[in-house]
Amino acid sequence: MKAGRRLRKRQWLGLLFVAPALLLYGTFILYPTARTLNLSLWDWDGVNPAVWRGLANYVDVVSDPILRGSIVHALILLVFFALAPVCFGLIMAALLTRHRIRGMAAFRLVYFLPQVLPLIAVGIIFRWIYSPNGTANGLLGWVGISSDRAWLGEWNWALPAIGLIGTWVQSGLCMMLFIAGAGNIHPHLYEAARLDGAGPVREFFAVTLPGLRAEVGLALTVTVISALAAFDLVYITTGGSPGHRTDVPGLVIYQRLVAGDLGHAAALAIVLSCLVAMAAIATSRLSKVEAER
Amino acid sequence: MRASRSERVMGYAILLLMAAGILVPITAIVLAAFHEPGATVRGLSWPDTWSWSNIATAWTEGHFSSLVGQSVIVCLIVVPLTCVLAGLAGFGLGALNTPGRGFLTITFIVGMTLPIEVVIVPLYHDLRALHLTDSLVTLALVESAAFLPFGVYWMKTTFAGQPSELSEQAMIDGASAGQRLRYIQAPLATPALTTLAVLYFMWAWNQFLIVITVISDPNRRTAPAGLGFFVAPHSIDIPLLSAATLIVITPIVVTYAILQRKFVAGILAGVER
Repeated sequence: MKAGRRLRKRQWLGLLFVAPALLLYGTFILYPTARTLNLSLWDWDGVNPAVWRGLANYVDVVSDPILRGSIVHALILLVFFALAPVCFGLIMAALLTRHRIRGMAAFRLVYFLPQVLPLIAVGIIFRWIYSPNGTANGLLGWVGISSDRAWLGEWNWALPAIGLIGTWVQSGLCMMLFIAGAGNIHPHLYEAARLDGAGPVREFFAVTLPGLRAEVGLALTVTVISALAAFDLVYITTGGSPGHRTDVPGLVIYQRLVAGDLGHAAALAIVLSCLVAMAAIATSRLSKVEAER
Repeated sequence: MRASRSERVMGYAILLLMAAGILVPITAIVLAAFHEPGATVRGLSWPDTWSWSNIATAWTEGHFSSLVGQSVIVCLIVVPLTCVLAGLAGFGLGALNTPGRGFLTITFIVGMTLPIEVVIVPLYHDLRALHLTDSLVTLALVESAAFLPFGVYWMKTTFAGQPSELSEQAMIDGASAGQRLRYIQAPLATPALTTLAVLYFMWAWNQFLIVITVISDPNRRTAPAGLGFFVAPHSIDIPLLSAATLIVITPIVVTYAILQRKFVAGILAGVER
């Protein structure tokens, strides 16, 4: 960067280096995105002539119970995919900042494992865990609650059950991020807090939490996007059932697409993209403010 | 650091409890895969007799020899293609004074937040109209395009962060941009590129939505997509389904165990963009 600025000579040749990536990205991502924006204004089944609808598809996204419901469900999943893992991670960081941890490499290997597995496989694992004969009911039996519920088939439990899979996937990552981040907080800050007579709780709010602001921002960006744009987990565990109780935007977009309702699929996809972009901007603010200081 | 003994014990206890929480579901599926075919498996239970036949049955009934082969082909196209294109573009945006590079960089950054859902609507329809579906090459190209924005940004940051003295000296000595990339800046960027390659391998192996959108013939999809299709007809036979899951996760888990550091670096790079 410095070299370029100092020489001040424009290097048109640079465009040749960027061109292949831009061509591929433009063809399969940018152009289709523009097409989606256009399709969202039409009523089209993919075969017969399209009929102009203007913003009517967007009105349906807000008013149609299934389309709107999918967005509401995605917002509920935020609690499980983003909020819960960040809280877990912070509690762990608070408990573990006071001493050095031995065997961290082994813990790291385990805690990152859910990030590596294909979500389709994770979904299949939990389909069985939540089944009447599964581990979830087994664990409840251990603590004295006998249950033979099919958790993913229950009207009120299916969505939280999917949410907890997200908690399982994201918690390890958040913990590792925060434990590493807490290691970078200057020990003097802790000593000062303790000299002032701060207990573990005050120490957490006065030193650990402010020190982890950037990490919390990063963790929220990733987990929030994973909740809003969730597809694989829901597709494989419930497919939206029971009674549309677990529909999420990604799933509804795919179902409408395959069923030949391209206008609504496109409008919902655009709304989803805007939500993701807004969330990304909001959460990256958290980490940026820290960097500027 | 001062920490009481009880605090220390509690810290380890919680770390172990959390690790167990992550490992129990995975252990459950491994144990289930080795039960007698068709057995009813209850929770975490040790198989009475270890049976390998589920793996073999799942392998043939799920057509996993062709599915795994197709996954390998897709990875073999996606990983080199994306690494080379991201490296070139990252060099153009990070190390050269390319006109319009600020705008181009933002164009790629926008792509990092676009969810896959936004492109599948036209892709599903237009690729069918052009008869480009059901091709592993099309699939690899779409995946590469979706993965590129992160790589371009990552490599741009890498090249921009390199010390400028070496390449300036080379420029004074008359080296072309291509020569500088090839002999000085690319070798210096090797660690960043290998991290990127590992991340891309993981994304390509695990991708699902793009696969089912671009490829409609279930037998011509990749391993995770094939697993998704395997569930419906075998949802009651837990040992068989677990065996199929094991087939799909083994390659990625083994690679993770071997290249642990690179994976962790890659995942963190993906987070810290």
